[in-house]
Amino acid sequence: MRLSTLALILTAMVLAAFYLGRRRAVAIGGGLGPGRRLHSLPKYYGYYTALWCLLPGLALLLAWTAFSDTIITSRVVESLPGALRNQPEAQLGLTLNDIRNLAAGQMVDESRRAEFAVAADLYNDLRSASQRLLSGLIIAVSFFGFAMAWLRLRPQFRARNHVELAIQVALIAASLVAILTTLGILLSVTFEAIRFFRQVPFADFLFGLSWSPQTAIRADQVGSSGAFGAVPLFAGTLLISGIALVVAVPIGLMIAIYLSEYARPALRRVVKPVLEVLAGIPTVVYGYFAALTVAPVIRQLGDSVGLNVASESALGAGLVMGIMIIPFVSSLSDDVINAVPQSMRDGSYALGATKSETIKRVILRAALPGIVGGVLLAASRAIGETMIVVMAAVLSANLTANPLESVTTVTVQIVTLLVGDQEFDSPKTLAAFALGLVLFVVTLILNIIALQVVRRYREQYD
Amino acid sequence: MATLLTPAETRRRVEASLRRRYRTEWLFRFYGLVSVFIGVGFLVVLFTTIIGNGYGAFRQSFIQLEIQFDPAVIDPEGTRNPDVLASADYAQLIKTSLRTLFPAAEDRAARRELNALVSAGGAYRLQEMVVADPGILGQTRELWLPADDEVNLFVKGRRAAHDSASGAQTQRLSDQQIGWIGQLESTRRLQQRFNTIFFTGGDSREPELAGIWGATKGSFFMLLVTLLLSFPLGVAAAIYLEEFAPRSWLVDVIEVNINNLAAVPSIVFGLLGLAVFINFFGMPRSAPLVGGLVLTLMTLPVIIIASRAAIKSVPPSVREAALGVGASKMQMVFHHVLPLALPGMMTGAIIGMARALGESAPLLMIGMVAFVVDVPSGPMSPSTALPVQIYLWADSPERAFVELTSAAIMVLLAFLLVMNAAAVWLRSRFERRW
Repeated sequence: MRLSTLALILTAMVLAAFYLGRRRAVAIGGGLGPGRRLHSLPKYYGYYTALWCLLPGLALLLAWTAFSDTIITSRVVESLPGALRNQPEAQLGLTLNDIRNLAAGQMVDESRRAEFAVAADLYNDLRSASQRLLSGLIIAVSFFGFAMAWLRLRPQFRARNHVELAIQVALIAASLVAILTTLGILLSVTFEAIRFFRQVPFADFLFGLSWSPQTAIRADQVGSSGAFGAVPLFAGTLLISGIALVVAVPIGLMIAIYLSEYARPALRRVVKPVLEVLAGIPTVVYGYFAALTVAPVIRQLGDSVGLNVASESALGAGLVMGIMIIPFVSSLSDDVINAVPQSMRDGSYALGATKSETIKRVILRAALPGIVGGVLLAASRAIGETMIVVMAAVLSANLTANPLESVTTVTVQIVTLLVGDQEFDSPKTLAAFALGLVLFVVTLILNIIALQVVRRYREQYD
Repeated sequence: MATLLTPAETRRRVEASLRRRYRTEWLFRFYGLVSVFIGVGFLVVLFTTIIGNGYGAFRQSFIQLEIQFDPAVIDPEGTRNPDVLASADYAQLIKTSLRTLFPAAEDRAARRELNALVSAGGAYRLQEMVVADPGILGQTRELWLPADDEVNLFVKGRRAAHDSASGAQTQRLSDQQIGWIGQLESTRRLQQRFNTIFFTGGDSREPELAGIWGATKGSFFMLLVTLLLSFPLGVAAAIYLEEFAPRSWLVDVIEVNINNLAAVPSIVFGLLGLAVFINFFGMPRSAPLVGGLVLTLMTLPVIIIASRAAIKSVPPSVREAALGVGASKMQMVFHHVLPLALPGMMTGAIIGMARALGESAPLLMIGMVAFVVDVPSGPMSPSTALPVQIYLWADSPERAFVELTSAAIMVLLAFLLVMNAAAVWLRSRFERRW
C-alpha cells in the first residue's frame, strides 16, 4: 500500500472517529438541549476520540520510518556472501548503494548485476513486506486507540481539559523548534569543525597567515598540502565590514537625526518608506550593482588620479554593503532617539542651546548605549553578509589593509568551498564548517551584547 | 575660581559667539539633508541602472523564415515514429530556408555566418511543432524564429543611439552579416517582438533562449513549503510564549534565542541545511523542499516576533471579558485573541515571505545553483530560485546576460513590491485602534 493511500485511509478514520465520539457524547449526555449532563461541549468528545485515533498511528509511522531502513539494510548485509560482507566500511557503503539503485530499477554496472540481483530482490521484498506490515499495524493501532477512547466516554468525563492539554503540548513543541534550530546549528557546525581540527591544528587555523585550500589530488603535486591559515580571511572581512560601517554609521545616524528632529512631517512620510525599500532589496541585487556598476566606476576614478585600483576592490564591495545597512542603522537609531525623553530636550533649550548643540551634547549622549547596540547589530550583519562579497570580491586570499586592493572574506570562502562537487572527508570541505563556526560564534557574541545593551537602555527610559 | 562676569560682558560674549554657533547649526542641518539625499539618491541610481539595463530584455529580435517541413529531411522513411521525428536534423530546414533567402552566400564560410544569424533554439521550436502535430510534414509555414543573441544585441544597440564606446565592442558580426541584417529589416523579416521566451523558458546557455519561468516556479515551491510550515509553527510558538508560558528560565532562554536567531547570518542556516537535511537525513540536493525547510527555519523568528507583537496589541479587556463569561483559557485565545491578532500575524508572515524570496546565500549551500534547464514539476525536482538565477546570470560571460540579469531583477523586485504592498494594504485595512 502506498503512503498516500494510507494517509487517505487514516484521514477517513480520524473523521469517522470525530463523528462517532461526538455522537456517543450526545447520546449518553441526554441530547443537545438544556437538560444536557455533559461536562464539555459534545465536539470536545469528538476531538478527544479523533486525537486518540490519530496520534498513536502517527507516532508509529514516525518510529517506523526512522528505523525500518536500518533494519532492512542490516538484513540485506547479512544475506550477502562473505567476501562482500567483510569489505571495509566505505566499500560496503558503495555496494549497498549499488544494490539500492538496482532495486529501484536504475542502471548498474553490467558486470556486477548478477552478483547483486539476489540482494536487490531481497531488499525489494523486505521493503514491500515492511510497507504492508506498517499499513496493517497503523490501521490496527488507530482503531485500538479510537476504541479505547470511545469506551472511556462518560457524561462527567472532562474531554475539553484533555483536548486542551494536547493543544498546549503542541504549542510548547512549536516554540521549542527555535531552540532545536540553534542546537542544530551549533551541533552540526561544531561536529564538522572538530573533524577539521583533527586534521589541521586549531592554532594553525586561527593564526596562520596563508590560505590556499586547494588540496591536490595526487600527493606529488605542487602545493599538495593546502594551507588553512584564516587570518587573511578575517582581515578581509574586517576591512570590507569596516568600510561598510564607515559609510553606514554617519549617514544612517544623520538620516535618523534629520528625520526625527528637523524634517517636516511631509518629508518624513516620503523618506521613511523609501528607506524601507532600500532595506527590502535582495542582497543579490546589491551584489550585481556592486560588481557591474560601482566597481568599474571606482576603478576609473582611481585611474584618473593615477592610483592603481584592483578591478574588484574591497572599497567597491564595502561601499555598497554600507549603503545596504544604512536603513538598518537609521531605523535603529531612530527608535533610540525617539526614546529620549522630551524633558531632556526642553532642559537643554531652556539653557539657550541651539538645536544642533542639544542633539550633540544631550540627545546623542543619552542615546549612546542604544546607538552602540545598533552599530554592533549592523556590524554583525556586515560580517555575515554573503551575496555582495561573493559577487564583488575575489577568491584569492590577500593579507592587506589597502582598500583599493582586492580581498576575500569568510563568507566568500564558505560559499566557494561548498558549492559544486565535494567529498565530505577532505579538510577543504570541512574548513568551510570551521569558518562557519567562527562566523556563528562572532555574530552570536555581537548580537548578545547588542541586544543586552539595547534592552538595558530601553529599561532606563521606560 | 573664575571672576564673575558682569551681565553686559556675558551678553557681549554670547553675541560674539552666535554667528559661529548659527553657522554650525546650519552646517549640521545641511549634513543631515545630504545624508537623506545620499540614501534616496542611491535608490534612484540603482533603479535607473537596472531598468536602463534591463528593459530591453522584454523585447527580442525575431527573424521570419519560410520553413518547408520537408519529409525527406525529417522522416525520410515515412515511419512517423516519434523517436525519428524527435531526433531529425531540424537545423537543416532553417539552413535551407536561409539559403533561399540569400542565394548569394555560396562558400562554406559565408553559409556558416548566415546560419549563425538564427538562434540554435529555432530548431527546437520546429521539433516541438512536428512532435506535437506530425501532420505538418510536407507543409510550408511562415515562422518567427528567435535571432541569435549577437544579432539581437546589434539591432538593439544601434537603435539605442550610436553609442560609439559600446558600439566598438558590439562589432562581433562581420560586415556581410550586418548587410544581411539590413536586408532582413528592409523586407520586415527581422522585427523586435515581445520576448515570451523570457517568461516561459527555463535556464539556457544561449541568452536568447534563457527564461525565468523555471526559477520562478522553483521559488514558488520553496515559498509554499516555507509558508505551510513557518506560519502555523510561528503562530503556535507566539501564542504559547505570549499567553501560556510561565515565567521560567526555559522561557527566557527561548526568548533570547529567538531574538538571536533573527540576527544569525543567513549563510549559517545554509550550513545547517547542508549538514542536517542533506548529509544526515539524506534529502536530495537542489530540491525546493530542502530550500523551503531552510528558509522556514530562517523566517520562523521573524514570524514569531511579528505574531507576538500582534497578540500583545489585543487589549486585556477582551481576554477578561471572554474569561468572565466562562470561556476556558484555550477558548479565550482561539475564539477571541487569535482572530483579532490574525491580520497583524499575516502582515508579519508576508514580510517574512518577502525576505525569504530574496534570500540566496543559504540556497547556494544546498546545491540550488545547479544549471537546471527543465522547469521543475514539484517540490522534489531539481530547480533554482529567482535570486539564485540572477546570481548565475550575473556570472555568465555572454554580454547578452547583462540585460537578462537586470530584467530578472526587475521581475524579482516586482514580486517583492506586490508582497509588501499586500502587507501594507492588510495593515491599513484591518488595523484596529483600541
